[in-house]
Amino acid sequence: MEPAPIEKAARPETGAAGNGGLATPRPSVDLARRADPADAPLTVKSRAEALSFFYGQVQALKDLNIEIREKRVTALIGPSGCGKTTFLRCFNRMHDLTPGTRYVGRIMLYPDSLDLIARDVDPIEVRMRIGMVFQKPNPFPKSIFENVAYGLRVRGMRSAARIEEEVEQALRRAALWDEVKDRLQNSGLSLSGGQQQRLCIARALATNPEILLFDEPTSALDPIATARIEELISELRDQVTVIIVTHNMQQAARVSDYTAFMYLGELIEFDNTSKLFTNPEQKATEDYITGRYG
Amino acid sequence: MVAAAPAAPDRIRADVNRRKIADRVFVMVGLLVMFAALLVLAVLFIDLVRDGAPKLNWDFLQSFPSRKAERAGILSAWVGTSLIMLVTAAITMPVGVAAAIYLEEYAPKNWLTAIIEVNVTNLAGVPSIIYGLLALGLFVYQFNLGQSILAAGLTLSLLIMPIVIVATREALRAVPRAIREAAYALGATRWEVTAHHVLPYSTGGILTGMIIGLSRAIGETAPLITIGALSFIAFLPESPFKGEFPFLSFSWLGEAFTAMPIQMFNWVSRPDPEFHVNAAAAGAILLGMTLLMNGIAIYVRYRFRKRINW
Repeated sequence: MEPAPIEKAARPETGAAGNGGLATPRPSVDLARRADPADAPLTVKSRAEALSFFYGQVQALKDLNIEIREKRVTALIGPSGCGKTTFLRCFNRMHDLTPGTRYVGRIMLYPDSLDLIARDVDPIEVRMRIGMVFQKPNPFPKSIFENVAYGLRVRGMRSAARIEEEVEQALRRAALWDEVKDRLQNSGLSLSGGQQQRLCIARALATNPEILLFDEPTSALDPIATARIEELISELRDQVTVIIVTHNMQQAARVSDYTAFMYLGELIEFDNTSKLFTNPEQKATEDYITGRYG
Repeated sequence: MVAAAPAAPDRIRADVNRRKIADRVFVMVGLLVMFAALLVLAVLFIDLVRDGAPKLNWDFLQSFPSRKAERAGILSAWVGTSLIMLVTAAITMPVGVAAAIYLEEYAPKNWLTAIIEVNVTNLAGVPSIIYGLLALGLFVYQFNLGQSILAAGLTLSLLIMPIVIVATREALRAVPRAIREAAYALGATRWEVTAHHVLPYSTGGILTGMIIGLSRAIGETAPLITIGALSFIAFLPESPFKGEFPFLSFSWLGEAFTAMPIQMFNWVSRPDPEFHVNAAAAGAILLGMTLLMNGIAIYVRYRFRKRINW
């Protein structure tokens, strides 16, 4: 049996979104930690311009405009079905795998001004530059080493020494090295859920993506594993541009620099995380973060 | 609103017990049906072994057929069956698996692929003699392959192709979408996703389907008779292995053949009851070969399942 009381005690933070965020106090934001973009002008890494998205006849995203700043963490929040995951999956063209989907508008990637969703841009090329970590840990049923090495092998890296070096570095960056260094040949599936998710992060990091997409990366994890992933994302913010979809407002407040609130496929408000959580401009944002609906 | 009072505990218990009767009844019926099927198979097998007991020895396996029942054996039959299975497997494996990969991973969803899919499934139900007629016209006469081991292998591989395609597609479909997405997200192409992930992870299911298909083919008689299998052969095809370079020979592909079920059929249809003993013995051995192949299928499935659990 699991020690249920301990688990319960640790729950309230992550469980809040699970009960619809009802009666939760406003998430606290560490204001000092946030760099004000007004003080230090930041580079724009990516910009969505008039982005709409269709599943067949159903419009899932409506005319989104948003700027993603380089080497910062941008969180996408909103109630279930608001389109935040749909939006995230536009960045690496995951929707191309589903027939009958359609993008309208542009997602520019800088500095080379590549339109990620342009028809003549190969989705493979896009995915070579933009990594993704999924909701449920999805390691390959291969060894830990091969999981991390796979992206490198796809990129044509042949030197065993180089691959070994890169794998170690990626595992270190994902804070997993010390736990797995003695069993790199074991199956990736032999790890715990939280370790599997960090393995997936290492797998994505190994390819040095320009943007790393996180799709509710902790929704299948326990609170302790969640805390480790959040810590990791905070550490990554100096190295890589991160966009994270989360169900959990506290998580957005803890890990992100910017937060976008989405509702019914529209972008309602986008601002500094501290500003959005303490002093939102829109009534809908205020209602959501205070738990009036969710 | 007033909530209904909770039911008394003994009422709940009685209710649960009453509802669980259906559970127990189903278990009984299930066991009964299963044992009936197993019993029939066991009786059949035991009967064959008992009838054929006098002939179940090494001599039987090492002798050619003969006019004298006590000297007749199944050497040419089991060698023929083995070689035909080899050809069948070598053709069905690449073609069937490739077709399944195309249909499952590549084919766009339109009316043409829908028609192909429905027909592949339906082909599994076509009577085997129809395949025999097709093969007679196509392989034996049109392609001029004659009544050869190659023609027999091609015929049987046509016959089991739908089985292998359907089983392979199911195995491919069992690979979770999340795994494909993980590979795509790393920048893999469709072929890389298929070759590096989907295929290796579904090998167990594919091999199982393959062996089930071959178990079906090994017992087929009608299509082989249609394309002209001989029932009396007192020589062996040339060995596939040679002493000198290039060590492999393919001349056996063009030679005449017989097979286990045909040998059996021949013996059963003779009036002399002594030949019936031979038929029973050959039947026992054929059944044993089929059970062995199914056993391998179970083992393979178990091995690969153990390595990969989602």
